[in-house]
Amino acid sequence: MTTEIPNFLARRTILMALGLAAVLVLVIACSSDNNNDSSENSGPSDEGGELIIYSGRSESLIAPLIEKFEAATGIDAKVNYAGTGSLAATLLEEGDRSPADVFFAQDPGGLGSIIELVKPLSDELIGRVPDWARSSDNLWVGISGRARTVVYNTDALSPEDLPDTLEGFTDPVWKGRIGWAPTNGSFQAMVTGMRLIWGEERTRDWLEGIVANEPKVYAKNTPTVAATGSGEVEVGFVNHYYLHRFLAEEGDGFAARNYFLPGGGPGSAILVTGAAILKTADNAIEAERFLDYLLSAEAQSYFAEETYEYPLIDGVERADMLPDLASLSTPDIDVSDLGDLAATQNLLREFGALP
Amino acid sequence: MNRTRVIGEEAPVGSGSTWTHRRLLPPWLRREPLSLWLAAIAVAGAAALPVLYLVVRAAESGESAVDSIFDFDTLAILWRSIQLIVLVTLGSVLIAVPLAWLTVRTDLPYRRAWAVASVLPLAIPSYVGALAFISAFGPKGLLQGWLEGPFGVDRLPDLYGLTGASVVLILLSYPYVFLTVRATLWRLEPEMEEASWTLGRSPWQTFRRVTLPLLYPAIGAGALLVALYTLSDFGAVALLQYDTFTRVIFNEYNSAFNRAVAAALSLVLLAVAVSLILIEASARRRARYYSGANAARRRRRIVRLGRWRLPAFIFSSLVTLLALGIPVFVLVYWLTRGVNAGESGLFDWGAAFTSVQYSLAAAVVTVIAAIPISVLSVRRPGLLSTGLERFSYVGFAMPGIAVGLGLVFFGIRYATGIYQTVYLLVLAYVVLFLPVAVGLIRSSLLQVNPRMEEAAMSLGRSQINAFLTVTVPVIRPGLAAAAIMVFLLTMKELPATLILGPIESRTLATSIWSAAEEAFFARAAAPSLLLVIASAAPMTFLVLRERSRN
Repeated sequence: MTTEIPNFLARRTILMALGLAAVLVLVIACSSDNNNDSSENSGPSDEGGELIIYSGRSESLIAPLIEKFEAATGIDAKVNYAGTGSLAATLLEEGDRSPADVFFAQDPGGLGSIIELVKPLSDELIGRVPDWARSSDNLWVGISGRARTVVYNTDALSPEDLPDTLEGFTDPVWKGRIGWAPTNGSFQAMVTGMRLIWGEERTRDWLEGIVANEPKVYAKNTPTVAATGSGEVEVGFVNHYYLHRFLAEEGDGFAARNYFLPGGGPGSAILVTGAAILKTADNAIEAERFLDYLLSAEAQSYFAEETYEYPLIDGVERADMLPDLASLSTPDIDVSDLGDLAATQNLLREFGALP
Repeated sequence: MNRTRVIGEEAPVGSGSTWTHRRLLPPWLRREPLSLWLAAIAVAGAAALPVLYLVVRAAESGESAVDSIFDFDTLAILWRSIQLIVLVTLGSVLIAVPLAWLTVRTDLPYRRAWAVASVLPLAIPSYVGALAFISAFGPKGLLQGWLEGPFGVDRLPDLYGLTGASVVLILLSYPYVFLTVRATLWRLEPEMEEASWTLGRSPWQTFRRVTLPLLYPAIGAGALLVALYTLSDFGAVALLQYDTFTRVIFNEYNSAFNRAVAAALSLVLLAVAVSLILIEASARRRARYYSGANAARRRRRIVRLGRWRLPAFIFSSLVTLLALGIPVFVLVYWLTRGVNAGESGLFDWGAAFTSVQYSLAAAVVTVIAAIPISVLSVRRPGLLSTGLERFSYVGFAMPGIAVGLGLVFFGIRYATGIYQTVYLLVLAYVVLFLPVAVGLIRSSLLQVNPRMEEAAMSLGRSQINAFLTVTVPVIRPGLAAAAIMVFLLTMKELPATLILGPIESRTLATSIWSAAEEAFFARAAAPSLLLVIASAAPMTFLVLRERSRN
């Protein structure tokens, strides 16, 4: 009878309880990790203060820049990285309780959707970028520029084979050779540009012509460039800098290059990333210093050299491989007008380009 | 002697408390402790939060959001989603059921290795899996490159659209069915199969006439998860160019920035999910699946495959090669290419540690949260218990972004203290993955004869004590499978982690996303491989324990 004392059922119960306790300890440990972080960080915050940034630009590009900012200012910057769209939605749900100080967005559309949550920026800050690269009411400022372009497969085509403007691609010879990403925000901003520059009729004609050429649909810019490089399609309508990521990773053998349309027009529209300061920011001073830093020579050089984007302030040179902004025959439109995409989306839906 | 004394001490306490609440409750509630009902209701209530949020958002804009649903070609999108769901669910069942049977019941060579390998595709995020498949089998993928030299193939057929999306989703989601079926196969008591053999039926007839019908609840539970997962997936359908609801919803959040329309569309998606849940419920048999005797400890006969051994081996190899081999191969290819190009510091151990912490916490909390609902729905099938159980499934069908925003909405208002902490994040994981745990725990509970527990109670154990000491040990494989499945799912979860994760926290999934978003494939490959390795560890543990028990 006494041999039954070490009951295996009881042992399992104890094991289970131990397991639970271990996990609880883990959970508490990892939450107190965070507390430690903030208490450690309250050290430098005595001198530099704290800053909470919601960044729709990805960590792989922005984290090194944040470190430089922290080193330069002593400010402890905490960044919440996610997609521009989900961050905009999060900010709207948080409302005036939001812990965020700065919103750093991938496109003007994201900034436009939270415009009632942000406060005007100083004239000095706003004045550093050209007029076209900021919101007309000084509520956000452009940080870096990217050009719309045509990426082409170098095995299949040479620049002489390519038309002068986007309208050339409506020619039936391009049937089955085009890749595009109609759900992509930058693409939709370009079509919005078309509607502003060309007007509704001409934009419809263009969409009709392209759809008739049965373009391959990609989820966004990256897979479009990848598919162009592999020869799945021969041309793609994309932003210019993705190509340079592929060249950096795969070497010069990557069989695609950018073609900047000599005829200009909406096909070479310049889009911007931008930043704004929340009305409810607890750290408004640090937030201004962050925007000041983003528009400094150091940060703008970083965008030019590391992310292959166009710097927006005077005195910072673009990367060598990029053509001059002035030579791009960029259309004369205000980027903040590109933020309203609803009508464009309805148009794209009408042509079956959007679900 | 000892045991009698223990019972003597416990009996008055246990019977006293049971007696008190029984008098207070209506008859239909009397048999289970009130605390169990309250716990189940609280858990289902948490699962309801995101739905409530969607209703608030969609209603806020009045009729305009509802009208806008008709701006979309909703019927066409619905039809496309249904085609995909049917194909993926059927394909998953056809792969998973034979594979589960082969790895549990036969002399298939290396069956434990296959068992581990067959679950691992679950650890691969769908966007990584889809990206890997496109790189490998795309019109100009790696395969085409190899074929071009010797055979002059300059282009492979397109894998985009319905075909590609369903193949990739089948390969990434059949493990849901595999795991539920496997957990049940372990607990099936051998007499009926033995009787069938004694009566001269072949192993195949026995499988079809005896084993398979016993597996229906498990297949149904797994198939429902596959169907709901397919409905909520964004990564694979976006990359493989197949328009479903999630793509439209994503577009509303990310380029139209219209939360009201996104919420209205998400509610349509939920209606589809509820229909799927009801279909499974009506197909579910009411029968119990336990036998009178406790035969759990008896040795099970292993089916000798004979001449079918080679085909079975080839089948298992092929599934693993496609579902696990191809993605891992492509990831290693990206990684070596990056390393050769001089990239360094690719492995982010901190992110791996954070992922494991979150996933462990999610696994334990979700399994505990799933127990009350599972027990009540098995032991007290009725309107309330079944309703609670069915309701717990909705989170799994919802786009992660909607669950994330729903908890932002409630968290920032009513739980500021835990906002942007791991606690709210774990709650999101519970809401998302509860049905996975409920499904697995339910199927193993169905095989426990409640009379065992009743016997323990008649010997004076309290109900909770009897449950913990009698039922829990028997359903342990189900509990373990549930914990591991939630662990794997949490490891790769992205949208809710991005929205609700503590600020500055970085997980493997967010690192992969951040790198892949900018086409840094080598930097995406390293955390993807870590994700697979970290998920392999608990799975291997589970399979090795099965061996020690049998």
